Parts: sequence; C-alpha cells; structure tokens
Amino acid sequence: MTDFSALLASLNGLAAGLFLLSSFALVATRQVQGCLRFYIAQSVFLVVSALILAFGLRAPDLLAVAALDLAIKPIVIPWLLRRMVREEIFRRREIDQVLNIPSSLLIALGLTLTAYFLSEQLPAPAGALARINLPVGLAALLIGTYTLAVRREAVPQLIGIFGIENGALFVGIAIAPTLPLVAEMAFPFDMLIIALVIGILTRMTQERIGTTEVGGLASLKEGGG
Amino acid sequence: MILFPIVGLPLVAALISALPLGRRVAPAATLAACAAALALSIVAAMRVVAGEPVVAVANWAALDGLGALILLLVAALASTAALFSWSYIAREKSARHLRRYYANYNLFVFAMLLVPALIEPNLVWTAVELTTVLSVYLVAFENTREALEAGWKYSVLTIMGGAIALLGFLAMFAATRFGGSGPYTWQRLILLAPAAPHGVLEIAFVLILVGFGAKAGLVPLHTWLPDAHSQAPTPICALLSGIKTTLVLYVILRFAAVLNASARGSADGWATVVGLSSVGIAAFLIIQVTDYKRLFAFSTVEHMGIILTAAGLGGAAAHYGAVYQILNHALTKSFCFFAAGAALLAVDTRQIADVRGLIRTSPAAGAALLLGGLAIAGAPPLAVFLSEFSILRAAIARQHYVAAALLAAFVIIAFFGILYHLNRMVFGRPETAGISVTPVQLPTSCVLTLVLAALPVIILGFYMPEPLHVLLRMAADGLSR
Repeated sequence: MTDFSALLASLNGLAAGLFLLSSFALVATRQVQGCLRFYIAQSVFLVVSALILAFGLRAPDLLAVAALDLAIKPIVIPWLLRRMVREEIFRRREIDQVLNIPSSLLIALGLTLTAYFLSEQLPAPAGALARINLPVGLAALLIGTYTLAVRREAVPQLIGIFGIENGALFVGIAIAPTLPLVAEMAFPFDMLIIALVIGILTRMTQERIGTTEVGGLASLKEGGG
Repeated sequence: MILFPIVGLPLVAALISALPLGRRVAPAATLAACAAALALSIVAAMRVVAGEPVVAVANWAALDGLGALILLLVAALASTAALFSWSYIAREKSARHLRRYYANYNLFVFAMLLVPALIEPNLVWTAVELTTVLSVYLVAFENTREALEAGWKYSVLTIMGGAIALLGFLAMFAATRFGGSGPYTWQRLILLAPAAPHGVLEIAFVLILVGFGAKAGLVPLHTWLPDAHSQAPTPICALLSGIKTTLVLYVILRFAAVLNASARGSADGWATVVGLSSVGIAAFLIIQVTDYKRLFAFSTVEHMGIILTAAGLGGAAAHYGAVYQILNHALTKSFCFFAAGAALLAVDTRQIADVRGLIRTSPAAGAALLLGGLAIAGAPPLAVFLSEFSILRAAIARQHYVAAALLAAFVIIAFFGILYHLNRMVFGRPETAGISVTPVQLPTSCVLTLVLAALPVIILGFYMPEPLHVLLRMAADGLSR
C-alpha cells in the first residue's frame, strides 16, 4: 500500500466516523430542526466517502453519483421540506419519545456492535480502502430503523427513512461501485419523490388533524374499526 | 417495441388528467389509456406465448413469461378499477381533487407497469419504490383522520422496507459481480448465481424478503396493510390488494429463484416459513374483523402467504400452483373490492355489524359480495379453489406433509371466517326494527364493472384458454430456473 492510498483510507475512515456520528446525533436530538441538520451532515459525509472511493477505486461512475447525491440529498430535499412543511413544525421539540435519550444511545451503540459482527458476513468490498464502509453503513441502517420506531413526529420519521437509505448507500458505494449509472441516478430521484410525497402528506395531516405527531394516530385497529 | 406504448399510455393520460379540461375528460382519458394498455398487453403476452422475443431495450426492458403474466394482470386491473372510479370518484365534488386523483392514478399505473417490463433488478427496485410512493396520496385521498393515519402507516413501513431491501439488492449485485462486467438482468443473475458465494446471496435474499415482505404485506410487517387497504377509495383498494402486493411478491420470487440457482443456498425454507406464518396469522385475524373491507385486506395477507408457500414448496407443480394463484387472486380480489365498494355505496357503512340483509337492500351488491366471498375463500368450483387445490396436491406429492396439513387447516379456517361474516351481511335479518330496506340503485358504471370483473372469476373455474395455460407454464418456469 502506497502512502497515497493509506492517506485515502484514513480520510475515508474519517468520513465514515463522522457519518456514524451523525447517525448517533439523529438519535440524540429532540428538535425537528436538529434532525434535519444532522441528516444534511450525514448526507455530506456519504458524498465525501463516495468521492474518496471514486479516486481510490478508480470508479469514475461514483463521481457522478457523488455529484447527484450532493445536489439532491443535502440541498434540494431540505429546501423542499422547508417549503412544504410549516416553519413552526421545525421548531417543535419532541417530548414524547418512547425511550429516553441515554437509553436510546445505548441501544444505538448495541446496534453498531451488531453491525460490526454482521458485516463479517457481507461481500468483501473492492479493496481495503472501502472496508470501513460496511459496518458503518450497516450501523446507520439499523440506527435509522430504530429512530423510525421511536420517533412520533412526521419529519423525524421521514429522516429516519432517509437515514436507513443513506446507510444502505454507504455500504453500496463500497461493495457495488460499478453499479450501472442509470440505476445509481435513479436512487436519489427516488428519495426526492419520497420527500415530496411525505411533505404533501405532512401538510394534509397538519391541515386536517392539526398535529404532525403521526406516531400518536391510533384509531385504526382490530375491533375498533 | 410494444412495451413503450404500454408503459407510455398512462403517462400521457396522467398529463391529460392534470389539465383542467372538464369533469369527464380525466376519467375518459384514464379509462381509454388503461384499456389500450390492456389490449397491447394481450398482444405482447400472445407474442411471448408464441415464443417471439418481446424486447424494448436490450438488457434493460423486455418481457418473459412471468413478466408477461404480471403485466397483463396490472393492465387488466387498472382498466376495471378505472371503470369503477368513473362514478365512485365522481361523488368527489371538487374538480381539482378529481384531477389530482386521476393524475395520480395514472402515475401509479405507470409505475406498476414498469415493474414487470424492466429486467434490470436495480431499476426494478426503483420502479417498486415508485409504486409505493405514488400510491401514498391515493391511500390518503379521502382526507379523513383515518385515511391520513392509514397513509402514514403505509408510507413509513413500506418505504422503510424498501430502504432495507435496497441493501439486499446492492449485496446481490456485489455477490454476483465478482466475475467482471456485462449486462445485469434477471436471467443473467440466475446464470451468475452458481459461482457467487452462497452465504452472501442468502443474506441478500433475507434482506430483500424482510424489506419487500413489508411491502407485500407478509407477516410480521403486515400491520399497515389492513389500514391502507381499507381506508383507500375502493378502486385503489382493488389495485393495492389485487396487484400491488403481488407485484412486490413477484420481485421476491425472482430473487428466490436466484438463490435456488446458487451452489448450496436455498430460498425454500425461508419462503415456506414466512408464507405459512402469514397464512396462519391472517386466517385467525379474519375471524375477528368488524369491517368488511378489512376482511378482504386480511384475505390478501393470507393469499400472499399461500403464493409464497407454494413457491417455497419447490417443484414444477407447486410453481405452477403459485403463478395460477397469482392470476386467480388478482382477478378475484379486485372483484371482491368492487363488490365491497358497491356495498359501501348501498349502505354507507363499513361495519359488518351494521349491514344485514344486503340482498334485499341492493340485490346487485349483495349477490356480488356473496360471489366474491365464495370465490376468494376458495369455494369449489371457482378458480381460487382450483389453484389452492393444485398447491396442496403438489405439497403432498413432494411429501411436505406438515406444510400441506398446516396450509389446508389455515385455508379452511379462513374460508369459514370469510363466509361467516359475509353470510350475516348478505342474508341476516336486521336486528333493530326501522332500518330501511328500500332498494338502492347502483350507478351504471359500478354495475358494469361488477359484471366485467365477475366474468373471469366465474369462467376461469370452468375453462382456461389454451394461450393462458401456456403463459402460466412459462411463468412457472421462470420461478424454477
């Protein structure tokens, strides 16, 4: 391993560490605004890792992926959400979470350890450079799923979904850097449509029910009709 | 090249529907586009049956037997549901909402037609994701508290499932790509599978089964399904329950075939366990429903389980049973929802307990509900009975006695559960005096849809056209390779 690739590997490690840190922050913040900010940070670190891998693995396709991800994830999607969802919702604090924050962080830690064990089973990435992406991406995926389960506000739930997606893609850029470009381009556009549709649904809910605490909606169940 | 107009027509109709051109333009354009897509799908399916290649873009979009069957079902259900929408959605007063409904309807149909037409798995993921995202607005369309709640549960759980499945898709790609480049299609995936590390394939398959299982309504992530499939407007329920869930299952079955083609891995165990537990849990949940649209929604969970179990039993006979069940379920379940929608128009309540003597209030709705209930529960000689029977026979022939016994028991429980509820609704006497039994006249397009949708349900029990039989055979081959 030359010095240059060692440098790239440690840079990628740094990006992965910060990516994972943003996932933890997503679990720990209560404010809707904060959730959105940490999602932006997480997406930026995904792009950074994609750029490093594009150079390190000589996968020029990843450059296009990084550019598109950079445009859509941290810029267009937050802009869209801000336009569609009322400002007051972003200032809201989530008081009613199923578990408190210290225990949530402990669970996130447990999920990260699980991810390290699980990633031994996944396909080996193209080089030593990308090895770190596997456990980190998998951890982000599991933490995202956990956030989704405990959050009750509409926007943090959506960001939980995006966290899962970012995690999957963080693994994806490492194990499948040669994915057909058309498919790679389709993923961020898909995210965009998800943001659009969930934004519309949030607005409809806000107008109709007067709250965006969608986790509290529970009138549909067996027996109750 | 025929695939282009099939997929493109709903897009054109979506554009026309979005324009403010008058109240009748959007439904007419939608109906015309769906009917034309159906006619072209039949032509395309006949070509597949005749052995001609149907390729739109080499290595990206083409049709094989399994794809042709699914495409045909999507187009057929989109047409009947568009006809049913005609008067059902016209109750919606605002012209703007009407336009939004039809524009979204066409986009949803477009996404559903894409799934069987594409053969590059990663693009199929995007298409499946699109079918989910584009139907969220339709689920919440009624804009009531319940509909919005259903919309949230639906979107959050199924989009989460999609995100988890994405990792499975990427791992599948990585596992089969050790040997270099070249086109990446369903067919190539099966050819590449034997050389791929089977452990990785298995993990990828499980991720896809869990993730897309949430979308297909498989246990344990089925909880959103009865909410979404009961709160959506009836034509959308027919599409969601009839074909949208099957569409996701179709992708899972494609990957099951890949895992089965690998050196040591096998999807059969996973498919049988998840399938049987879905059938079992749904059968018991059917007994205690209080809402008749939820009744049919739980029946969808049951049928998804039956199809997955059949695919997991292995062998040509069971695979034939699985695709036969896909066909029968799509046609019968959409008919059931049309019947439920007719009943809803007639009595204006979804509570089973509030509906008694429907056959007197609305003979058409009552008769349709009874026929639908008998058909979906699997009463002989209707088509679902034939496919369920062929699956059980295949299970016994392959000496899967435990699976066969469990499947038979669950299907029988569900049968009595469905008929117990429907019998009371259709024939029961009103418990409280004073409930009006003045006959209700159903709108013409509603009656017409019921008749058109009932025809294949009844005919397929007695007669199967030869080309359809060949198509089912080819589709079953697609599961085994």
